[in-house]
Amino acid sequence: MSSTTTTSNAYQVRNMNFFYGTRQALDGINIDIPAQSVTAIIGPSGCGKSTFLKSLNRIAEAETKVRIDGQISLFGQNIYDPKVNLTQLRRRVGMVFQRPNPFPMSIYDNVAYGPRVFGTKGNLDALVESSLTKAAIWNEVKDKLRTSAQGLSGGQQQRLCIARSLAVNPDVLLMDEPCSALDPIATLRIEELIENLRTQLTIIIVTHNMQQAGRVSQNTLFFNTDESRIGQLVESGLTKEIFFSPKDKRTEDYITGRFG
Amino acid sequence: MTASSKPQIENLTTGSGKLQADTIARWLFQGAAFLVLAVLVWMTVVMAISAMPAISKFGFNFLIDKTWDPIQEQYGGLTFVFGTIASSFIAMLIAVPVGLGIAIFLTEDFLPENVLTPIAFMVELLAAIPSVVYGLWGIFVMAPFIRAFETWMNTNLGFIKIGDKSIFGTPYGPGLFSAGVLLSIMILPTIASISRDVLKAIPKSLRNASLALGATRWETIFRVMLPAASSGIIGACVLGLGRAIGETMAVTMVIGNTPQIDTSLFAPAYTISALLANEFAEANEPLHIGALFYAGLLLFAVTLIVNVFAEIFVRRVSSGRQ
Repeated sequence: MSSTTTTSNAYQVRNMNFFYGTRQALDGINIDIPAQSVTAIIGPSGCGKSTFLKSLNRIAEAETKVRIDGQISLFGQNIYDPKVNLTQLRRRVGMVFQRPNPFPMSIYDNVAYGPRVFGTKGNLDALVESSLTKAAIWNEVKDKLRTSAQGLSGGQQQRLCIARSLAVNPDVLLMDEPCSALDPIATLRIEELIENLRTQLTIIIVTHNMQQAGRVSQNTLFFNTDESRIGQLVESGLTKEIFFSPKDKRTEDYITGRFG
Repeated sequence: MTASSKPQIENLTTGSGKLQADTIARWLFQGAAFLVLAVLVWMTVVMAISAMPAISKFGFNFLIDKTWDPIQEQYGGLTFVFGTIASSFIAMLIAVPVGLGIAIFLTEDFLPENVLTPIAFMVELLAAIPSVVYGLWGIFVMAPFIRAFETWMNTNLGFIKIGDKSIFGTPYGPGLFSAGVLLSIMILPTIASISRDVLKAIPKSLRNASLALGATRWETIFRVMLPAASSGIIGACVLGLGRAIGETMAVTMVIGNTPQIDTSLFAPAYTISALLANEFAEANEPLHIGALFYAGLLLFAVTLIVNVFAEIFVRRVSSGRQ
């Protein structure tokens, strides 16, 4: 873990442009994302919020051909430097996806996957237990660690995926609409979990659910598309300010439900 | 409400001809399905009856006897069973790693999609080449290379022996090794294209999950993709094995057709299917014909077992995916 204080920034994004092939998806993003807190990214569909999130651990480039201009630094290091070790970057920046995606193996092996890939020394059993405990699912699965992860409910699978990410001890956790495939009770449990993890790492969560952003985050980024369908960052700031006194008309319209 | 407000409906038990059409169609399709089953049973029975003279004379000894002598009327199938299994085994040893490599290459994004698709199509096209063409190619194109390779192996690795005979013995050209290599090319498309389909069917989300955890491409392939696809890949391999065991023409042309079990990989051998193709035309004695049918029955049993296993594996994969 890095020795950052709550006042420092996890990410610094400067003049970032994002292209899928030749189509521009994000234009001129500038933002500091504070460490050790929860930052929510909200905005209408197609505004580039998931794209932005996927550029923070460079997983976007694993899916399709992309080009990124500008600079994104993580704790002061430019992550798009050609010398950057992607493996090391992604170990420090975990990701939880929209749909739970446990590997078709046992619960234990799912959590142990990252540590095994990195050849982590030490007690694997203890690491699996502590990761599952942090993800608030240990009590539900401790008696069936060797059974298939795909037998779990959707909410349990998502918490297992969070445990899997935590097992490699990341500094940042990216969450891409982690509750969109879950029922309200499972959603609530994930939100409690986010609240508890906040002191340990930086969490950046994309969400469609305005109430969720209000409940879990300290800071909020509002993305929107301009006339040419290119995503941009309209407004950012403390969540309570964005929600109660938005400066931009578009933010106000979105939050009050006039579009989106 | 009065009784007169009830809607008048027709008698539901009388009706149109629709049901009859259903019944006819059902019997038709059922008949077709059972016909296949009947043909299978009939073939087995006919083969068993024709094999009866040999079965009653040699019994299970046929399976462990190495003699095949039409003049003395002494028949044993062991050399052919050995040749069938050994040539298929060599084919699998080559085709499984290569086919899996092709499948992985075609599912990863090393090349753009519009280049990969034609390659995948051409791999599948390999399966469409008639086996006699493979055989000709084997004799005229592959054989010189094989002979050069065998000579090299014999010179450099000829000292590896079982008992006092070398594994890499005299380079004949036609023989067990040639047959195995040719078979491996013939079953490659089966293994590569089915494995590719299975790998393609694995959700992208699993791959992303592994990459996002910091695993490299190779760790992702070997730790997530291949295990997730394992039962389907095994199914593909068993289907390939089934084809290798039953393949006749190409093998007959390159295996050397000598009923023997030699320690050398390069020595000529014989398979059941090659035996049947070569000897049926000139078999007159009932015992000779019976022995050939007996050998055919063995081949039938082996391919049936292999295909049943393939079916079970493939089924397990498709049910696991839902």
